[in-house]
Amino acid sequence: MSRSELLAADGAATAALIASGEASANEVLDFWLERAGSDALNGYLWRADRESARRGVAADGPLAGVPLAIKDIFCTEGVPTTAASRMLETYVPPYTATAVGRVAGAGMPMLGKTNMDEFAMGSSNENSAFGPSLNPWDHERVPGGSSGGSAAVVAGGLAPWALGTDTGGSIRQPAGFCGIVGLKPTYGSISRFGMIAFASSLDQCGPLTRSVTDAALLLDVLQGRDRMDSTSVGIEGGIARPSAERLDGLTFGVPRGLIGEGIEGGVLARFEETLLKIADLGGTIADIELPHAGHAISAYYVLAPAEASTNLSRYDGVRYGLRASDEDLLSMYEVTREEGFGPEVKRRIMLGTYALSSGYYDAYYGRAQRVRTRIVEDFDRAFGDVDFVVTPTSPTVAFRLGEKTEDPWAMYQSDLFTVPMSLAGIPAISIPAGLARPDGGGPELPVGFQIAAPAFAEQRLLDASFALEGAIGFDGTAALEGGVA
Amino acid sequence: MSTEYEAVIGLEIHVQLSTRTKMFCGCELSFGDDPNVHTCPICLAHPGVLPVPNEEAVFYALQIGAALDCELSPISSFDRKNYFYPDNPKAYQITQAARPFAVDGRLGDVRIHHAHLEEDAAKTIHTGGAGRIAGSDASLVDFNRGGTPLVEIVTEPDLKSGAQVREWGQLLRATIKQLGVSDVNMEEGSLRCDANISIRPAGSDELGTKTELKNMNSFRFIERGIEAEIARQKEIVAAGGEVVQETLHFDPASGELHSLRSKEEAHDYRYLPEPDLVPVVPTQELLDRARGSLPELPAARAQRYEEMGVSEQAALLLAFETEWAEFFEGVLDAGDAIEPRVAANWVTGEFAAELRKQDDQPLAESKVDPAGLATLIGLVAAKKISHGAGKTVLEAMVAEGSDPEAVVAEKGLEQISDTGELEKIVVQAIEDNPKPAEQVRSGNEKAIGALVGAVMKATQGRADGGEVNRLLRRHLGL
Repeated sequence: MSRSELLAADGAATAALIASGEASANEVLDFWLERAGSDALNGYLWRADRESARRGVAADGPLAGVPLAIKDIFCTEGVPTTAASRMLETYVPPYTATAVGRVAGAGMPMLGKTNMDEFAMGSSNENSAFGPSLNPWDHERVPGGSSGGSAAVVAGGLAPWALGTDTGGSIRQPAGFCGIVGLKPTYGSISRFGMIAFASSLDQCGPLTRSVTDAALLLDVLQGRDRMDSTSVGIEGGIARPSAERLDGLTFGVPRGLIGEGIEGGVLARFEETLLKIADLGGTIADIELPHAGHAISAYYVLAPAEASTNLSRYDGVRYGLRASDEDLLSMYEVTREEGFGPEVKRRIMLGTYALSSGYYDAYYGRAQRVRTRIVEDFDRAFGDVDFVVTPTSPTVAFRLGEKTEDPWAMYQSDLFTVPMSLAGIPAISIPAGLARPDGGGPELPVGFQIAAPAFAEQRLLDASFALEGAIGFDGTAALEGGVA
Repeated sequence: MSTEYEAVIGLEIHVQLSTRTKMFCGCELSFGDDPNVHTCPICLAHPGVLPVPNEEAVFYALQIGAALDCELSPISSFDRKNYFYPDNPKAYQITQAARPFAVDGRLGDVRIHHAHLEEDAAKTIHTGGAGRIAGSDASLVDFNRGGTPLVEIVTEPDLKSGAQVREWGQLLRATIKQLGVSDVNMEEGSLRCDANISIRPAGSDELGTKTELKNMNSFRFIERGIEAEIARQKEIVAAGGEVVQETLHFDPASGELHSLRSKEEAHDYRYLPEPDLVPVVPTQELLDRARGSLPELPAARAQRYEEMGVSEQAALLLAFETEWAEFFEGVLDAGDAIEPRVAANWVTGEFAAELRKQDDQPLAESKVDPAGLATLIGLVAAKKISHGAGKTVLEAMVAEGSDPEAVVAEKGLEQISDTGELEKIVVQAIEDNPKPAEQVRSGNEKAIGALVGAVMKATQGRADGGEVNRLLRRHLGL
């Protein structure tokens, strides 16, 4: 099997090569380990060797031998897990996350742990304590975040596919920036056990892949009720490989009120073209209202930091991870947290602590919860009329490194279209819809198209995405060699 | 005239549940094991872990709620209570703040505001210094206890004195012990009590500024601590001062109260709904099972015993201690026609005293079974042996586990039923003790005791006291 054939194969195709005997599992693993070893994107924070890649991995299974990359937010027994934070730079978990156990149980070796924004807080991967991951389409640009490393290694040909997590867009936005598929499943469909918490009521594991079929295959392996996660329920009936070619009888709602200011011309153009393709496939386009979605970012940046402020309190220097001082108790807490956390994490801990403080709770947390309820109701109402809600994944294409680091609010706007679905807990996917130049000029970069569906309607979502993916015919091969030095 | 003040007291009682495992993980509960052997990533709050509620703990909690005559909530939920301390590994405690599992109950004359489920903290040991964190050389944490299921019971401020708190606390402890859901051992900390105390002019409806008395490990200390605090508050007010809201510790050794922290230092716990847990929605079947599984609780049992004729004191003693009650009922079942009052007096009186006398034997390890004690009581009731001889037999039974009838035969304790024989001994006793005999004859009836004693000594306790008295009086011409 030639290297170019192995590189060209997505997860499903690789599984087929192994199943047919055209390529051996060893050959496949060695190829991908070598690719991962020439990472020019700072996409990996830790890389496996042949032995460690296979540790705990089942010999058989539906995806046996197809390796994957795992975001460094999933705990892996015996393998460093940092969440891209100085706080956990030396942390080696004594247990393995359920999601990781599931892919290992399906026979998938682990190539390595991917870079991310510290504790999944960020939209550009620039908040990693270990330096940003780079966009394989243009190394001057961000891959998006927080699952930036996972998106970069998949798009840049350093892994066939990867696991990420999405709290407000952390799978979909980097998938869009890197020209790959990113799926955030319904909250509760995949166990969160062993996934380092950012905002517990929003965090959800999901796949970053080269194709919709791959997303379906991984989701089927990952989903399921887990007794270690009381909030997990799984997806009834599992997920079948998508095969739809048409969109007849399906209605796609466009929240026009949301898609206005701040959106780049090229992004909007690809979005409108994709709507036309939907119509070509027999689908119907309808305008819908999501009256409260405009407040989603504000509500999200109260709720997520509030939960984060308590989730990150455990990093106190007492039991594991960084302990920067042991002068006395207070200085151990203060110096450890001062040195262990980066600026964005500190900003969110401060925001969240403030929002939960006595006397402010109702004005901030309480009100944000009420907005969240309204947004849930908005989607419920919309799904009474349409089958899907569609938006661009992000208002812009991938921006330049450093372009938004001084302006958190501008950075937060990057999640404008992804956060409402997170607050509603519903599944949403980003598929590549073509290339566009940023406003003000620059190289052609991928544009993501987001499709959201009602809770647990993943099968329908993947079927429709598969049909649309075929019609769009996006070609990401240009980036595949962008990952290696 | 100075104003009379009355105390207003409410209690917060923490009950460690005796489930097999911890509240949110699979670690076994333990007491006294080596430090940090009952821990796992979950109770050590490693990154990424999630809590899973213990069903047994939920059921035990519902039983407590039912026993306290509470309304059991159709839906309850967990919240995070945030504070940093080394014994609190997540830096938040999972508790129930907004929606507890049980509300509006009553035990005896005290109303229950609510009861909620939560997890216990780990144990910190500060070495060097005074055992407090300030000034210590180092602090060690033992996470074995961390995550133990707790039910916190919060009363309305219905109590008025330290003595009432002690009595009610004992009733509560006996009630929970009866349920079998906790060891309720205050010294080991499986039952802990905090008291909120304020004073107000007698008869007023207003509530004064309260202080909180923390974590005392016996109801006797609680009683003393509360009395000391009430006295302190009255003194402050009498001197024209104002009580300051603070948390206090009572030192039973010195009898002094120390301030732990003032209101200004109070934590802002930044409560929020626990996003990692779904609400607890007990099924009707579970609620019915919790209510239906309640054993006879101490208050009801004491009442039943009193209705059987048992004295109030004995009834309460038996009702508060399940194993004693079971022993007592075993005696009644084993003996034909033993009067409950008599049996209760033997069990809580002579028998309990004899166990204490002989190395403080626990009832569970006693060689005496209810049937044996029933036989003994039967012998005394039928006047086959005297009450005094009965005690002698009991001593042997407790020491050796002997058969009472065999002891009677062996020691010749059978009561002297031949009046002629007894009469001879009585006459002899009067002759041998002329002084008390003369005193009785001249009107000092109390002196007869010495003569009774002489007869008893001569008969080695085998005489019936009533009969001895009758004969003595006749021969002394009374």
